[in-house]
Amino acid sequence: MPTAIDRNKLQRLIADEEAQLVEVLPAAEYEDEHLPGAINIPLKELDHETTRALDRARPVVAYCYDYQ
Amino acid sequence: MSPRAASRLESIGFEHVFDYVAGKADWGSAGLPLEGTEGSETRAGAYVRTDVPTCHPHDQLREVCERLEESGWDTCFVVDERCVVLGRLGRRAIRGREDITAERAMTLGPSTIRPSARLHAVVERMQRQQLTNLPVTTSEGRLAGLLLREDAERALAAVNKS
Repeated sequence: MPTAIDRNKLQRLIADEEAQLVEVLPAAEYEDEHLPGAINIPLKELDHETTRALDRARPVVAYCYDYQ
Repeated sequence: MSPRAASRLESIGFEHVFDYVAGKADWGSAGLPLEGTEGSETRAGAYVRTDVPTCHPHDQLREVCERLEESGWDTCFVVDERCVVLGRLGRRAIRGREDITAERAMTLGPSTIRPSARLHAVVERMQRQQLTNLPVTTSEGRLAGLLLREDAERALAAVNKS
């Protein structure tokens, strides 16, 4: 089961474990603004093919705009 | 949306999956940088004056005012040990220089904005409400700095030009 994390934990994952950030909002929202270094894979496109570039040995962090 | 995405990533076979549930709204509200066409340069947080004076609730107003004179500022934020804004000393309190604590002299609950507030909306509000500045605080209430209207208007003009 995925682990829910807060900002502090996220910053530690980025600094210590080179976590990979995946924004799952539509492309237009990603282009407006996104976390530094994040890639965009909209939720509807999330599959084996679109996640191929992600390193499975490193943490993967999904995020969207807020709690919605 | 992100909980579903995180579950989906696990079902695809990723083992170390996390869900940053508060998302980029939380990130931006903390004053952390964002990239993109509406990135940090279009946000209030990029233009705050971070050298705005602060004091603690039990500081004596007279002493605070002496410090302010040296700094050239005419306002001061009263903060706790975590830099959470408790109140603000405005011009009237500073002119009065009563023999009381900052806590007694401060105006409670000043209106604040987040670092992630969009610059054009902030400028519009400052002009409409004739505000010369607005304090900027993080989502935890910590003081990020003071946004001056002149800085905000100049920054917005530069953003619009580019």
